Amino acid sequence: MSDPVSGAGGARPRRRRVEGLAWSVAGGGLSAVLLLLVALPVAGLVFTTSPAALWQGLRDPMVAPALRLTLATTMASLALVIGCGTPLAWVLARRRTRAWRFVETFVQLPVVLPPAVAGVALLLAFGRRGLLGPVLASVGVGLPFTRAAVVLAETFVGAPFYVQAAIAVFRRLDPDILLVARTLGASRPRVFFTVVIPIARASLAGGAAMSWARALGEFGATLMFAGNLGGRTQTLPLAIYTALESDLRTAQSLSIVLLVVAFALLVTIRLGTRA
Amino acid sequence: MTAPALDVDVTGRIGDLTVEVTLRISAGSTVPTVIVGPNGAGKTSALMMILGALTPTRGRVALDDVCLFDATRGIDVPIEERRIGFLPQRYALFPHLDVLANVAYGIVGEPPAARARRASGALRALGVEGLARRRPQELSGGEAQRVGLARALAHGPRALLLDEPLAALDVAVRRDVRQFLVAHLRALAIPTVIVTHDRADAEAFDGELLVLEDGVIGQRGTLAEVAARPATAFARTFFASERGP
Repeated sequence: MSDPVSGAGGARPRRRRVEGLAWSVAGGGLSAVLLLLVALPVAGLVFTTSPAALWQGLRDPMVAPALRLTLATTMASLALVIGCGTPLAWVLARRRTRAWRFVETFVQLPVVLPPAVAGVALLLAFGRRGLLGPVLASVGVGLPFTRAAVVLAETFVGAPFYVQAAIAVFRRLDPDILLVARTLGASRPRVFFTVVIPIARASLAGGAAMSWARALGEFGATLMFAGNLGGRTQTLPLAIYTALESDLRTAQSLSIVLLVVAFALLVTIRLGTRA
Repeated sequence: MTAPALDVDVTGRIGDLTVEVTLRISAGSTVPTVIVGPNGAGKTSALMMILGALTPTRGRVALDDVCLFDATRGIDVPIEERRIGFLPQRYALFPHLDVLANVAYGIVGEPPAARARRASGALRALGVEGLARRRPQELSGGEAQRVGLARALAHGPRALLLDEPLAALDVAVRRDVRQFLVAHLRALAIPTVIVTHDRADAEAFDGELLVLEDGVIGQRGTLAEVAARPATAFARTFFASERGP
């Protein structure tokens, strides 16, 4: 090595330039790998079809019932998630004891749980030989392989996304705002509906969109717990799976529909959270 | 002396601190009761116990001969039925409502037009009716304070609590806002409790002074009395320092 003073004037800057270049190239290359990994499948989905083929694929008799079923079940599960998840999040946001924090963590479990495990778990809870099976059977209810099972599976996997977003926004609320509202004569319910919900609206909508997107894509748990019965429990992802065996075009057309919906949701969420 | 309009004698706990407050304000009083003390002395907790947001462990709170809280008789009137106006330190305007809707929030049981009229009146009384259609985010500190005060008064409260009403303001506007607030509260003549840690505020409001330290009232009296014979360490530093902004 040269002495530090002359080195600083001659060899060092050049070595730094080379290092800098290598750093940029390596960073750019590795980034490109991941970008391509995401972009290529999307491109494959979109660019290997024509509008005519797309339309043809969508006319498969399997498509309309799956679309209707998916819309109906995901809407039902979304109503369940919002209706029960909002009060749950409100309670969790305001309790700070260790027991409640455990409940909060527990509610997040479905996010990391493999869908296949969720399917088995749902069967073992609501199935004929599950925990609630005998009770349900005694009142003449059999859940597995019904639409209700589809809704339950979608709720199970989708709820945590909404609940987490709701807890986060409820925790950010200024407690003075809630207190002032009450000093102005508002009861707790009035404060909740006229102050809390309007202030939290954008974040709640974002969480609901994430939850709906997750429900929309639900595959594994639905397959195991609700089955894949055309017109009864066959949602869009299951229809894609089924179509793949017979008609790639139909699978591709349905996939593009879901892709467009998913992308629109993503853009909406990003715009919503920015506002 | 007439019967006190606001009569408070409570003890409460917040974390590890026990806060004991007694204060009486007579009806028609034109000067506020000013609570001073260092951070963490329990000043805000004292207000919370009067408001009903912190349940005292003992004692009673009465306003205009109506019992709001009595530990022995098990009376605890909910916050929304106490009719006590409250202005928190950062004013806590509702960010999703414009100024007029903020002020109208507490006015209920009237048709919308009447609510809007009363809310406009409350804004006019504070000289800010021109802000009616603004959003809270668009207001300066002084404007937000007046709107917060208009909102706290619009529903006709029987008492008023202000928590550090000037602390959130720039020094440059604090003096003007303070003068306005002093004059306005004098004209209102409803029992008022103000919490501050600022000597200039205490001097301007010039009411009965309570020096609260470690949850206990260490000294009480007129400003002149406390300034002349400060009895606690905090009172001594409070009045020894140079005049505040």
